[in-house]
This record gives sequence, structure tokens and C-alpha cells, in this order.
Amino acid sequence: MRDGSVIADIQSEDTPLLRVENLQTHFFGEGGVVRAVDDVTFDLRAGEVLGVVGESGSGKSVTALSVMRLIDSPPGRIIGGSITFDGDDVLSMTSNELRNLRGNQIAMIFQEPLTSLNPVFSIGDQIMEPLMLHQKLSSKEARDRATEMLARVGVPSPAERLKAYPHQLSGGMRQRAMIAMALSCNPKLLIADEPTTALDVSIQAQILELMKELQESYGSAMMFITHDLGVVNQMCDRVNVMYAGRIVEQGTTAQIFSSPKNPYTWGLFDCLPRIDEPQGIRLIPIAGQPPNLARPPSGCKFHPRCPYAFERCRVEEPPLFHISDGHTSRCWLYEGAADGARHRIEARRVGEIQTQPAPRTPILEVTDLRKHFPITRGVLQRTVGYVKAVDGISFTLHKGETLGLVGESGCGKSTAGRVVLRLLDPTSGSVMFHGQDLAKLDAKQLQDMRKRMQIIFQDPFSSLNPRRTVGSIVGQPIQLHKLAEGKEVGERVADILERVGLNPSHAGRYPHEFSGGQRQRIGIARAIAANPEFIVADEPVSALDVSIQAQIVNLLQDLQRDLGLSYIFIAHDLSVVRSVSDRVAVMYLGKIVEIGDNRGVYEDPLHPYTRALLSAVPSVGVDERGIGRSSRIVLQGDVPSPINPPSGCRFHTRCPYVFDTCRSVEPLLTELVPGHAVACHLYDSRYAGGAPDSAEPLRRRPPTVEAPAG
Amino acid sequence: MSADAAATQLRDVNALEAEPPVLGQWALFWRRFRRHKLALGSAIFLILLFIVAAGAPIFAPYNPNKTDLQLARFGRPAPPSWSHPMGSDNLGRDQLSRVIYGARVSLVVGFLATGVSIVVGTIFGAVAGYLGKWTDMAIMRVADVLLAFPPLLFLFAALSSFRPSITTIALLIAVISWMNVARLVRGEFLVLRAKEYTEAARAIGASAPSIIFRELLPNSLGPIIVAASLGIPATILTETTLSFLGFGIQPPTASWGNMLQGAFGEMRDYGAWWVGVFPGLMIALTVLTFNFLGDGLRDALDPRSRID
Repeated sequence: MRDGSVIADIQSEDTPLLRVENLQTHFFGEGGVVRAVDDVTFDLRAGEVLGVVGESGSGKSVTALSVMRLIDSPPGRIIGGSITFDGDDVLSMTSNELRNLRGNQIAMIFQEPLTSLNPVFSIGDQIMEPLMLHQKLSSKEARDRATEMLARVGVPSPAERLKAYPHQLSGGMRQRAMIAMALSCNPKLLIADEPTTALDVSIQAQILELMKELQESYGSAMMFITHDLGVVNQMCDRVNVMYAGRIVEQGTTAQIFSSPKNPYTWGLFDCLPRIDEPQGIRLIPIAGQPPNLARPPSGCKFHPRCPYAFERCRVEEPPLFHISDGHTSRCWLYEGAADGARHRIEARRVGEIQTQPAPRTPILEVTDLRKHFPITRGVLQRTVGYVKAVDGISFTLHKGETLGLVGESGCGKSTAGRVVLRLLDPTSGSVMFHGQDLAKLDAKQLQDMRKRMQIIFQDPFSSLNPRRTVGSIVGQPIQLHKLAEGKEVGERVADILERVGLNPSHAGRYPHEFSGGQRQRIGIARAIAANPEFIVADEPVSALDVSIQAQIVNLLQDLQRDLGLSYIFIAHDLSVVRSVSDRVAVMYLGKIVEIGDNRGVYEDPLHPYTRALLSAVPSVGVDERGIGRSSRIVLQGDVPSPINPPSGCRFHTRCPYVFDTCRSVEPLLTELVPGHAVACHLYDSRYAGGAPDSAEPLRRRPPTVEAPAG
Repeated sequence: MSADAAATQLRDVNALEAEPPVLGQWALFWRRFRRHKLALGSAIFLILLFIVAAGAPIFAPYNPNKTDLQLARFGRPAPPSWSHPMGSDNLGRDQLSRVIYGARVSLVVGFLATGVSIVVGTIFGAVAGYLGKWTDMAIMRVADVLLAFPPLLFLFAALSSFRPSITTIALLIAVISWMNVARLVRGEFLVLRAKEYTEAARAIGASAPSIIFRELLPNSLGPIIVAASLGIPATILTETTLSFLGFGIQPPTASWGNMLQGAFGEMRDYGAWWVGVFPGLMIALTVLTFNFLGDGLRDALDPRSRID
């Protein structure tokens, strides 16, 4: 094997806990053979945390499932290579030996704890089962151990929680239970497959901190699979970067993050919106999309998307070249030259998009908007309460600007977007648009108004009708609002498809023939087809891989510049919001707690919630490594229910600076600095005297008089 | 990067993404259906049955109602022979011809009743599912009440006051079977109404009929087609039961059900197995093949069953 000669990594004397050599896992389907994992070699030593990073379809999860021999067969099969765990050959194990391996020696934590926990058994039963099975504990001993484990992972009142069923716990608590279950048998290796991807950023911070601490105290090795480079930076000692079923770069986290040596890794960093970079830095997407692994490209699998590709890349696949101790890269640029004969084209990320300080004409004015959903019970549908999803928000959207609306799940940001568009009727409040209150329009007026406001959805799969062609989907708004007739409709559709970067000749195709990123472009084409003035973009990139995400972000910015659009950009990803928004509003439990221009909110956050959110975002910065950053504020607990929101300030139950006034008096959104308003008593001269000393750094400004926020 | 450069880059992206055309929905459907050998065989059998039933005067060797007392001496059914492959009944009527004409009755009742119940059920289900609230409550409660009726008793009562013809039988069966379709369509509509593409249609200002006919109905077609293919055999069985019990198609018109009526006596008294076995076999085969077809359609139309 030629690769073997250049891999310098396997030279350490101590035998690794897990050794994977030339692993090949293929799936045999009607569409051909999908080489999901193709010749993957790596080691994992005891107590080490190995990050496996890559986009969807890169083979990272299949690698993990292969290690546990959990590949569904058919259609999948491990057709080559070897896996040695703790000296034993995993591929030749009998089913009895495998049962002992799984759960006892190797445990796994999955992305979505709601689907990986069995809904009909209590948490306790599920934690006790492996203990009784593998460790032969009695049910009494197992129960004690389970209680201890739940306490260990930070579940409050663990003895009672044992009896809880998965649906009775919050997402963060379920993930903690999952971790308790995984660690209960004290496994030597813990495989975590995107364990925090489904969680909010403040909960993610809790879980990552917990996992790191447990990993250190139990001394287990960990294989951490994620698409998020920031999480890798925080958690891992070493990193495998995977692309198209292969490892393309291997090294320590410091090596990979301070001097990556592979064009794909460079691409990943360049296309990532960064929370520490100001707005206006244009992302550099990786062109195209990941290859279809049933028909992989010749030569280097990355060459069709690689800006550095030369002739050799197209015909011959590079081996992993030795860069420095423990650092290898699969790229011809590094052939024979440890330092790299060529260097990454640097500094391509420049601020090209200038935000016009231009005259700010308000086009949309939202005042005290509320949306309460009634909760009904019984046959007679009696109303027993309200979910106060949006509870009195006010903001202004100016022409040509992007207003970012951020917050954790359940804060009401999506509902707010839909109420503004009158896709939901507001409970009270007004939305002034061109001198008309959208909340009061009748059906006919509203239908006419719809061409001036549009929406882009999160999920590129459920937002397009599978039974209609792309041309019919994009053409419908044009026909409906009589913007063109007859053959002209087709021409308009072709123009629009071209504008969003799709091939106009594909208008006759159905949505399922497109990839996720392309489908999102179709959704954008539909939204701009009727020439709207403002668009509510509801998490438009959060379902996409980072390289595709950058393409879509750039597209949205180009369209904004060319068409003079205004966006309300709803997202939970603070980095993305930073890179696209002119102004940012932070929502918590149906209220806006802080609103201001991008720089103000990100560089000088006022509200304790904003500060905590921003500090919880895992950064890719080299000096931001490790979990114990002193500046990090980890919020405790979960977001309370919007049915009975806490009294006074809604954030007071989680706020590190809470004082008496916060529990009884609701803070109002007050402009503290011009264009930057916050709802917090720390900044109110009438109450701030009661604040704890720890809040001193926040109270450095002279308190201003209350004024309505803009 | 200028706008032009950006556009060029996007076009390059497209050049990369030019994949060979993917299969259309119906091609995909056909590929999946074709793999279901039992369903494919059933479809072929049923097509043949349609042809024979439609061309009954051509295919039937005799007049189905012509008695031949020479053939059935002393009311003793004639056994199968070269001239009468399925034998005759106690009046000397050719069984093969009666089975062929009987197929017409079964298929007409099956399709008419199912067709009516699908149309009625889809309309009520769609209205209930789209409008929701009180309309939904009202329609679904009516459906619940009708479902609580014992179906055969209802048919006996109704048929004793009407003169049973193929049409009345079909319509009466439709009256007691549309509710299941309505429930199915309502459920589909509730799910599809919450889909983002339906919301997108509302966001561009589409009208209710446009949403129903362009977004919701086309996406409910799969389950409706499956319900139809499984509804037909159930209807055929109901008609057979009614005719067997004397409430359905009246003699001398041949139906598979009323052919079975006298069969027990003939089998007991004369050992004339052919009087009962052939119509019974046809009923069983037809019902079975429709059910296989329904299974095949369900698998092929379910978007979750991927071919790979």
C-alpha cells in the first residue's frame, strides 16, 4: 500500500486503543456502489479526543458505525481493511463478542436524543439496562448506579428523574441522560456523533463543558464527530478532516487550526462566518457541491471544487503526505516538501460589501406586536391558557438593510416573522407598511400586498412541493400577481433562475432532482419572483453544510444589493447573523431584550443574555482553544416555558446578575447609546443600586433617560 | 468581486452540478412497482379480466341465461366437458358464460361504488381537513355516526325497499364506505397543510382553491389511489354477500354471488363441485389480485420507500 509509506502518524510506541487501517465501507444500491468510506486509516490512543470533521456525506458517521459494526447490511458492507480495538480484531468478532463491545467497551451518543431514547421506557430503565446486561449488577445496584450517573451529569433531583420518560425532559436534559447512559458502563471509547448539533447554543455550551469534564475524569478516549470547527477547536486533541469518504488532513488541533495544509480545510475555514469578524467580510464559498460517491471524480476527489487543482490532481489521487510530526495532508501541493512548496492564497476575505450609511428610510414599523396561541382542552375546546410566543415586540426595518433576529429555540423569532407577514394573525399590535397596517388588511388587500413581502424557509426539502416543476413553482407568483403573461412568464422564470445561480434549462425538473443547496436557491427564486420589497428569511442556511451555506449567504447579499431588498434574517446561529446583519435584535421568551447595530451588539453587548450567548459560541480562533475560557459565561438551566413566563424580567431565572427588582419589575427596552437599546435593570439608575457587585463591569456607562427605542 | 464575476462563478458552479437527468416521478414509480412481481402479475390478470368482461358477448360461448334441460337432465348439473368447460348448473345454463357475465356485475359494482365513495370521501375529507374547526367537527361526527351503523343491516333494510339494480347496490355501498376515505384525506390534508410549501403558497397570495388543487390534492393522490385499489375488492365481497343472501342481483342475471346461492344444494345432492368452485374461485382470485395490486401501489407510491 503506497499510502503506508507516507503516513508518519503510526510511529508511536504505545499501541493505540483503536487502530483503523485502510477501512473501506461501501453501500451497494441500485444506483451503484457508494464508497462511503474509502481507505481510511487512523489511530486513537487511550484518553485522547479525536475530532472527525467534514460535511454531510463525507463518511464520518459511517466510519464510526463501522467501528461499532453497526452498518446495516444490506446495503452496506465493510469490504476491506481492519479495525483493532484494544488488541482485538473487531471485524472477526462473533455477535456475542460484539454485544460486549457495544455499550460496554464502546458507547455512542447520538445527535437527536429524542429519537435515540426509547419513548416507552423510563430514563432509569434505559440507563439500568446496560448495567444489568454488561456489568451483571442487580436491579438495586443498577438503580443506585443510575441515580449516581444522573447526578454526575448534572440532572437535578436524579432519583425522581429516573422515573421520567424521555418526552418529559428538555432537549438538554435528554442529552445529559444519553451521556449518563453511555458512560454508565465506563467505556474505554466514547463515540459522539454530532452530540450538540440539535441543541441551542447555551445548552450546547453546558453539554460540551460536561463532556469535556467527564472525559477527563473517566479517562475515556473519545471520537467526536461534528461539522462544527468551533466545537472541534474546543474539544479535541487531534483532528481528522474527511472529504468524500477519505481523510484529507490529519493532525493535532493546534496544527490544523494554526496552519492547515489542505485546500479543503482552507475552504472550510474561509467559508465559515466568524463571530469575531465584523460584518461585511464576504465569505468565500467552496464552489460546487460534494461529489456523488456512486460516481466519484477521477484523481483527487476534491479537484472539481479546488481552486488550486492542476493537471495531476485530475488524473491521480494524492496519498497522505507527511507535513510535520503527526500532520499529514492528502494534496499534491505537499508532495516531497514538508513545508509546502506553495502556500495558501491568503487574505481573500475582504470587506467588499459596504453597508451604506445612506438615508435610512423606514419601510416597516412593528409596534407592540403580540401573538398568543390559545391552549385548549377537552371536547369543548375550552381555552385554559395561552402560549405567549410573541409578547410585545417593536422594531423598525429600513430600506435595504438586514435586521437579524436571533434567539434560542422557543423564543418566538419564527412566530414573529410569520406574524409580520400575516401568515399568522397577530393577537394585538400593528405592522405599518407603506402607511397601511398589515394587521388590519382584509383578505383582498392582503393578497395584493403579498407580492411586496416574501418568505424564505429553513428546510429546503419541505418548502418545495414535490409534485410541481421548478418552473411552475417559481412562475406561480408571477402569474398570480399578473406580472407577466403567456410566454413572458417562462422568460421571467429563466431570468430569475439564472439570477439565483441555477441553470434556466432545468425549469422542467422536479425538486427531488436537486441538492439541498440548489433547492434553497429555488426557494429564494420563488421569493424574489414577484419583486418583493422585504423578505423574511427564516433560518435560510441552518439546514445546509457550511460550504453551501456560504454560497447562499453570498447570494442573499448579492440579491439585496442588486434589488434593494430588506431582510428580516431569523437565525439561531450568531456567527451567520453577525456576517449578514446591519442591525440585530436579540429575543428571549417572546420579548426583544436588546436591539442595536451589528457592531454595537456584538462588540459591546449590554444584556447579560446577549453576553452569555456570544460567549457560548465555540470559536475557531487559535487562541480560543479549550473549554475553560475565563470569559465564557455558561447559563444554567433551560429556557422557561412561554406559557407561564417568569415574573418581572423573563431572564431573571438564569441571569448571573439577578437582584430583587428583576423578579418583580419588568424592564423596558431603553435606548442607552444612540441606536442601541436594552431591556435590563442594570442600566436603570433607579434600580441599579441593588445590583450585585459581580455586575460592576456592566455598569460602566452613565445611565441615560428613558426614551423609546428605534 | 464584482457582480459579473460572481455571476460567472455561479455559472461555473452550475456547470459542475450538471448531473445526468434524474428519473421523473412516474418513471421512479414504475421502477419500484415493476419490482413487486406479485402486483405486476395481478395487474396483468385484472387487465385480462376487464377485457373478457367488457367483451362478454364475444367471449361467452353461450347465452348465459339460456336453459338447456337436455344438458341438465332431471335438474342434475352437467359436469365440465369440452363443450362446457365449467359444466352447467341445474337448469343447464353454461357456467363459463355465467362466470364471464358475472364478472361484469362484480367489476361494475366494484368500480362504481368505490369511485363514488372516493369522490365523496375526498370532497368531505378535503373540506374538513382544509377548513378545520367547526366544519371539520361537523363532517367527522357525521362520518363517525355512519361508521357506527352495522353495514350489512343497513344494506338489507335499504335493499328491501328499493328494487336492487347494479346502480342502486353500488350507490348504497358507496353511502356506507366513503367515511374511511374522508378520514384518510382529512389526515393527509392536516399534515400537508402544515408543510412549508403550503405556507409558501399562502405567502405568495395563492387562493384556497389553488392551494387545495395545486399543493394539497396532488400530494394526497398516492394514499387515495391505494385506498381505491383496496376498496374495490371489499366492495366486490359485499356485493357477493348480498347476492348470495338474495338481497343483491336478482336471477336470472348472473352474478358470482347469486351463482353460489344454489351451489351448496347441488354439491350436497349431486356432488356437483363445479357449480360452487368456479364462481368461488373467481371471487377469491379477483379479490386477492386487487389486494396484491393495492400493496404494490402502496409500496411504489410511498416516497419513503427509495429504490436504493
